[in-house]
Amino acid sequence: MAVPLTYIARNLWSRRLTTALTVGGLALVVFVFATVLMMDEGLKRTLVTTGELDNVVIIRKGAETEIQSGITREQAGVIEMHPAVAVGPQGLRMMSKETVVLISLLRLGDDKPSNVVIRGTSDVGFTLRPQVKIRQGRLFRPGTSEIIVGSSIAARFANTGIGQRLKFAQREWTVVGVFDAGGSGFDSEVWGDVDQLLQAFRRNAFSSMVGRLAAGSQFERYRADVDEDPRLTQDMKREQTFYSDQSRALSTFINVLGLTLSVIFSIGAMIGAMITMYASVASRVAEIGTLRALGFRRGAVLWAFLAEAMLLGCVGGVIGLSLASLMQFASFSTINFQTFADLSFRFVLTADIAGKALLFALIMGFAGGFLPAFRAARLNIVDALRAI
Amino acid sequence: MHALKLIIRNTLRHKIRTGLTVFGLLIAVLAYGLLQTVVDAWYAGADAASKTRLITRSAISLVFTLPISYESRIKGVDGVTSVGRSTWFGGIYKEPRNFFPQFAVSANYLDLYSEFLVSEDERQAWMRDRKGALIGRQLADQYGFKVGDVVPLRGTIYPGNWQFVVRGIFEGSDSSKITRQMLFHWEYLNEWLNQRPGRKANQVGVYIVGIDAPDRAASVSRAVDAEFQNSIAETLTETEQSFQLSFVSMSNEIIAAIQVVSYVVILIILAVMANTMAMSARERTAEYATLKALGFGPGFIALLIFGESLAISAAGGAAGLWLTPHAAAAFKVASGGIFPIFAVSQNTVTAQVLCALAVGVVAAIVPAIQASRVRIVEGLRAVG
Repeated sequence: MAVPLTYIARNLWSRRLTTALTVGGLALVVFVFATVLMMDEGLKRTLVTTGELDNVVIIRKGAETEIQSGITREQAGVIEMHPAVAVGPQGLRMMSKETVVLISLLRLGDDKPSNVVIRGTSDVGFTLRPQVKIRQGRLFRPGTSEIIVGSSIAARFANTGIGQRLKFAQREWTVVGVFDAGGSGFDSEVWGDVDQLLQAFRRNAFSSMVGRLAAGSQFERYRADVDEDPRLTQDMKREQTFYSDQSRALSTFINVLGLTLSVIFSIGAMIGAMITMYASVASRVAEIGTLRALGFRRGAVLWAFLAEAMLLGCVGGVIGLSLASLMQFASFSTINFQTFADLSFRFVLTADIAGKALLFALIMGFAGGFLPAFRAARLNIVDALRAI
Repeated sequence: MHALKLIIRNTLRHKIRTGLTVFGLLIAVLAYGLLQTVVDAWYAGADAASKTRLITRSAISLVFTLPISYESRIKGVDGVTSVGRSTWFGGIYKEPRNFFPQFAVSANYLDLYSEFLVSEDERQAWMRDRKGALIGRQLADQYGFKVGDVVPLRGTIYPGNWQFVVRGIFEGSDSSKITRQMLFHWEYLNEWLNQRPGRKANQVGVYIVGIDAPDRAASVSRAVDAEFQNSIAETLTETEQSFQLSFVSMSNEIIAAIQVVSYVVILIILAVMANTMAMSARERTAEYATLKALGFGPGFIALLIFGESLAISAAGGAAGLWLTPHAAAAFKVASGGIFPIFAVSQNTVTAQVLCALAVGVVAAIVPAIQASRVRIVEGLRAVG
């Protein structure tokens, strides 16, 4: 027969201060753990939504980012004319030749410069990325020094409001619109006309090309053709792979640091739970004796104390998770170590993360409660009944 | 004296509880120290930077290079003593995770960076070999590079397979200098660019500008930038320190997050410690009442509780402090050299001591107030 659950819960309630402090410690650990997972999830979401399934990105072999890459106009022509490329209305090739560089802009608030990606693109570039929508203002007119900025750039950098001007590369660029890219990495970019930007930056070569495949199955063939063509020195990746590769270093960093910290912190919280449970056992020796005398078996006593510890963990987990869920309203921005550009992303809470956090909390409770529960179960009935 | 004896006896009454609390404090103080050291390591580059060197780079961003013709024009600016070239190479040694910086530099680079010490023989050997490279001591130790070794690099910005021959190993003048880097001849890179039509040759990533007096840094910077205003490649000149800090500030939210988290661990342990003290004090309610009945005042009771709390936190804090440098050394090795400078600073040690003491004091406040207010009659009746 099992010890009733109400008995277990009331034990926790009768020592409110101790319970609250222990739960507080556990909750903080769960908060850190969940926040780290949410951060990583947010980063992954941002970069996965940046890529479209049937889009490909072409950059120079050896280059890891668009910024390091280069494609001459002749090479661009060869790549563009491949039959695997989808053809849009009016026979237009669904391939955007782009220039991607970094400019340094001043952040709002602390006026420190940070690197921002500026992308020169064209109409096709918008067709290829349907998630990009103008939220305010209008598109830049081709052939002019007009630019549009991503929503997280507009929110965080100086002089990026509509009608304001940015000065770089010997020109003044007027911001004419703010675009929303559905939480993707493009939200952290500035876009302008590719020919104008190439001219301003005195460049002859494009940085990268983005194209839509006529059929997804043609990817392998297209890549092999680009690889073998002696005129070309380029490499091709699916857009989604390309962007998730770019976040790998940052993602690993967040994970390793965050999970190491969670484990170290959890030692502290488990110690808290252990102290509480030892005290809980010590002050109830006579009660335990009575329970045993009434016929509850050792296993039932063991289970009762384990359940008490796991209940502590569970309450801590729920509180920690509720705190972490508030983080969804915050966003985080940092430099991506691989592209060297500023990237902004949100904290995303998923059911999976919630489950992991609660499981983590239960494990902490279990680990903290096991030894004390074992001690309680091993008590001798006669000795226990004599204790005051 | 009696109080001290009583405190120590009390501390040792629940050996498991005290032991666990001390261990928890050890972990917390250690984790706090390591996290603070990680933050310090982020700033190591800026701390090691000189104030008598300026960095001139393209005003648009570091992606853009500057023409070689700027060198003599910068030299002509009043206050400038010498100008060196440095171009970021961005090569990959075997695997992308083996990241270390490589710079294509001019021959006078080592004169500007007087903190990099290399023997005259090795320097001459490097000068004679166009494919030669100088390797910093920290980098050489990490990958076991020796003089005469060939270092293969896969270029990302300059595609292809590059091979460099180690001609010398330079040391830092003191332990705060970062020597985890590789230097090779700018001419070698430029020659490669010259051979490739379509690539812009005769370009320099950044100019290192030596100035005669640190207090003229601001005016010389302005003069250099004024020289190139409204040109095709406008420049941005700043001290090496602020150049380095601009990198740090780009990841400042990560640094802020680490700072916040380092205090979270202190909060966690504060909860554990407060719990321990609250439990101990409650169990001893009857004893405190007895002490009061014997004539000891509430101040004495509070002293006992504060003393016990501080004794535990001091023990845990001391153990954590002792362990921190050892753990830092292990962490430095385990992190594979991302942090070439990873030393526990004096400030960190002070902060660790303060945190441990603060935890000891704060944890005891509530139990001490409650215990000192205990009414003798009620207290004597209390059971555990």
